[in-house]
Amino acid sequence: MHEWALAEAVIEAAVEDARKEGMTRIREITVRIGELQQIELDPFTFALDEIIKLHGELLQHAQVKLEDEPAIFKCRVCSTEWHYQKASLNEAEGEAIHFAPEVAHAYMRCPRCKSPDFEVLQGRGVTIQRITGLK
Amino acid sequence: MDPRVSVVDKRLAGIERIIAVTGGKGGIGKSLTSSVLALTLAQLGYKVGLLDLDMSAPSAHVILGIDGIFPEEEYGIIPPEVHGISFMSICYFTGDEPAPLRGEDITNAMLELLAITRWGALDFLIVDMPPGIGDAAMDVIRWLKRAEFLILTTGSKVALVTVKKVIQMLQELQKPIVGVIENMKMRESGLVRDELSAYNVPLLGAIEFDMDLEDKIGDAAALAESTMAARLTEIVIQDPRFKLSQN
Ligand SMILES: Nc1ncnc2c1ncn2[C@@H]1O[C@H](COP(=O)(O)OP(=O)(O)O)[C@@H](O)[C@H]1O
Ligand SMILES: [Mg+2]
Ligand SMILES: [Zn+2]
Repeated sequence: MHEWALAEAVIEAAVEDARKEGMTRIREITVRIGELQQIELDPFTFALDEIIKLHGELLQHAQVKLEDEPAIFKCRVCSTEWHYQKASLNEAEGEAIHFAPEVAHAYMRCPRCKSPDFEVLQGRGVTIQRITGLK
Repeated sequence: MDPRVSVVDKRLAGIERIIAVTGGKGGIGKSLTSSVLALTLAQLGYKVGLLDLDMSAPSAHVILGIDGIFPEEEYGIIPPEVHGISFMSICYFTGDEPAPLRGEDITNAMLELLAITRWGALDFLIVDMPPGIGDAAMDVIRWLKRAEFLILTTGSKVALVTVKKVIQMLQELQKPIVGVIENMKMRESGLVRDELSAYNVPLLGAIEFDMDLEDKIGDAAALAESTMAARLTEIVIQDPRFKLSQN
């Protein structure tokens, strides 16, 4: 369950940011889940809840809101854009990308010109969109 | 906001010393030296990790003959232990497919590995650095706050011109330098000493050019018997700079 490690990163980053902003309570952390990484939501939210419990005051009443971000790719050679569903990856490839999304460049090709030189326009992985709280 | 940077320190917290092997150019032996140094330290009884951060051309797994294994998942990923070394590399995930990575992809992939790898308690983590002082190397220098740098050069002016820039940059950033090792030494010459005398960096020793080294690649036991291993063992045993704080 490597989702735990990413959940830990989210909480560490939120705490760091809240301290910098001088917050005394974090109310809500909005996390974007990029489609390419294929995060398993159950273990991820479980981990977030457990890690939040380990922290004191600052996170006591914190809610985590998850937003899905579809993955969109753009070919640097022919400018074609495509979605994740078009990628048709097998299980092992999907698993490798789950651990390190950049290895998509080993397993995906532009559907039009077959180039591996593409950009991930959005939906790569886990990012924090917003943190709200009380000062 | 990218949450991964914030967790890197925590992932490295159980490691006593982080030694990043760097040098000016590709091809001067960073990967060979990192891998054999990790083997040497493991044989001396230390708990050692090896992290290959060359995303474009990972090669430590080829040098150590690591194949057909995959890390375990446990609150992150646990680097498999091979030849007494906890080993992490992007090679577990890319296999043999070419993966053309741009600068931003390299940054992302390195950060992902640093954020999810749980090293546990180690005496030494040896890091095979991305070459030179480009984006990738600068990212690593920024993220691995406690890293100490082991700098490789050859006895050639062509290598030294860039090595001097690496040293100067690390010194400007006030990063600790363990010292410089001359690799692939082919003859006696004072060039390395003379060229680096102005920089006040320790010269730890030299590793001869070894005609037989190629035959040992992929065979950890043979590499542990190589002249490179012998020289590195001497350096590690004799030089106080490789001592751990508790000894
Ligand atoms: N001391 C040495 N004697 C002989 N060959 C060496 C020595 N050190 C490195 N090599 C060889 O030089 C080549 C480049 O080494 P490598 O470790 O891949 O360099 P880098 O990681 O700096 O690009 C490899 O083929 C390696 O086997
Ligand atoms: Mg190398
Ligand atoms: Zn294309």
